[in-house]
Amino acid sequence: MTSENQPRHSQSELPCVLSLKLPPSFLTFGDHFFDSPKFQYLKAYESPLPLPQFLQAHAQSVQAILASGAAPVTAETIRLLPRLGLVVTTSQGLNHIDLSECHRRGIAVAGAGTLYSADCADYVVGLLIDVLRKISAGNRYVKQGLWPSQGDYPLGYKLGGKRVGIVGLGSIGTEVARRLDAFGCSISYNSRSKKSLVPYTFYPNVLELAANSDVLIICCALTDETHHLINKEVLSALGSDGVIINIARGPIIDEKELVRRLVKGEIRGAGLDVFEHEPAVPAELFALDNVVMSPHCAVRTWGSFEDLRKIVIGNFEAFFSNEPLLTPVALDHLPHLSR
Amino acid sequence: MESQPPEERSQQRSKGLPQVLVMKPPPLLTLFEDKFISSKFQLLKAWESTLPLDQFLTTYAGSVRAVLCSGATPITPRIIRLLPSLQLVVTDSAGVNHIDLNECRRRGIAVTNAAGVFSDDAADAAVGLLIDVLRKISVADRFVRHGLWPAKGDYPLGFKLGGKRVGIVGLGSIGSAVAKRLEAFGCTVLYNSRKPKPWVPYPFYSNVHELAADSDVLIVCCGLTAETRHMINRRVMVALGKQGIIINVARGAIIDEKEMVECLAHGEIGGAGLDVFENEPNVPKQLLELDNVVLSPHRAVFTPEGFMAACDLVVANLEAFFQDKPLLSPLIHE
Repeated sequence: MTSENQPRHSQSELPCVLSLKLPPSFLTFGDHFFDSPKFQYLKAYESPLPLPQFLQAHAQSVQAILASGAAPVTAETIRLLPRLGLVVTTSQGLNHIDLSECHRRGIAVAGAGTLYSADCADYVVGLLIDVLRKISAGNRYVKQGLWPSQGDYPLGYKLGGKRVGIVGLGSIGTEVARRLDAFGCSISYNSRSKKSLVPYTFYPNVLELAANSDVLIICCALTDETHHLINKEVLSALGSDGVIINIARGPIIDEKELVRRLVKGEIRGAGLDVFEHEPAVPAELFALDNVVMSPHCAVRTWGSFEDLRKIVIGNFEAFFSNEPLLTPVALDHLPHLSR
Repeated sequence: MESQPPEERSQQRSKGLPQVLVMKPPPLLTLFEDKFISSKFQLLKAWESTLPLDQFLTTYAGSVRAVLCSGATPITPRIIRLLPSLQLVVTDSAGVNHIDLNECRRRGIAVTNAAGVFSDDAADAAVGLLIDVLRKISVADRFVRHGLWPAKGDYPLGFKLGGKRVGIVGLGSIGSAVAKRLEAFGCTVLYNSRKPKPWVPYPFYSNVHELAADSDVLIVCCGLTAETRHMINRRVMVALGKQGIIINVARGAIIDEKEMVECLAHGEIGGAGLDVFENEPNVPKQLLELDNVVLSPHRAVFTPEGFMAACDLVVANLEAFFQDKPLLSPLIHE
């Protein structure tokens, strides 16, 4: 997990963490949110130099990188940093880091761990109830003053008893399952491998999962394998009464096909926090009442940011003190991953 | 056919069947008319007559033993007095605040409602409204829908649900269903009810003010009675506090709506999710402008399945009554 035997820091200087782009959280919390007295940041985004030159200039100093979804860590970047030993990302997803290259070079990766799982699962349930029971649409209806003039709003759909298919039963998927169980839903899932000791029905592929579900919830990572995993066949299998919720990554769903079905009424509804080309969202969705959309914020709460700060700083400090990382990612257990 | 009074028409259709008086058609009857065709009773449809109601009742409803009503048809002492043979009131609603329970108790008239069948759906809606308010889902949807995401980028954060202290006002079937769900989110459940329930694991508070003082969220799940009218008043809301959230899926009049609007407008409470209002379908204008308020047109708690189950329950109660069998969902007078 740790890099080759290299001294972690020189005597007089604090060790350097490279920051490629301003992490999104800085917009809310300011530039010094992840500061620590035990290391310093090299901020590539503050330099007039193009990135490759900046990296070459600091190649001997950079031992770690602070990454986020907006700041991918590519193989090219990694190759320019011979002393790189650790990448810490503020995001839940890892698809913006070249994990194969990290594994090859022996560079450790630390993620958010289970930090976001509960809040994300809460958002999933919120989106699902919203879609089924038309909460946002009803809110719009009342706030536009239509209730007195146009009378009753259409009924929604019952949540209890729905067959919920979870795509990816990791930490987030498990939290989702636990919540929806309490609402009387029946839970099944597809994952890379069957999980012993879980009480939910396993389906070996997403197509069968969709065929046996009323609701499909996407909780898996974006990889080469899962790109457009939810395609035309899967959406057909889910059926015209189906609902899909995606808080994972937009490209896991064939967005064009989903939009077509939503517009044509060939699927009951969707709750989408992520899209293929964020922040662009297909405009056809704006007119639809059976879609609930959010700007990639399912993990974002005031509470989670403080926890994130502790984990990010804690991981860097542990690394520079030769101590175990707080939330290491097991690179040797992952299949071939996309960038 | 049209010239015949409805009561005569129906008598010709189903001779001898006992009559159930219906003053105005309840929503369920409009939705599921077929389900009300029974071999055990027939409907006496007062609204189809040209006679004023009082006259209709004195002329045709003297021997009527049962009334089918909804929230929109109050069963007042006056109505009850005009029905000397009345023994049963069946409402298709969960709420019974439109029925004079004292007069029914005095006369020995049984009452059935449809609370149980709506409980799960009402609880789902309450939790959905809470998540929406805390995590700003409707606001997020509007943000994206209006094309603001590319332009504005960063987006206001919501608040965690896990760890919140949720005070449930009224731990009946709806309140219990809400509690069960929120436990799965890692909330701490507290409650106030008329009496403590010794078999539930949640701390009991003897009054709503104390409950509010110790809670981050209040969820109103109780019935509307003389005691609970405006029970959630300014004092309770101030005790709940500036970050506090109120969710109401019960009856608008349980909350002092005017005070709530003021508290929301001045930031004395943090937000609200409301399915019911004091004067539906009218909603205070100030609420329409507030982003920390999610509004629902007394709809979130209903589903087609819930309505069908309520319909089945209403018909089953009527049929049981006319066969001298035990009622399925009688209100227990306390």
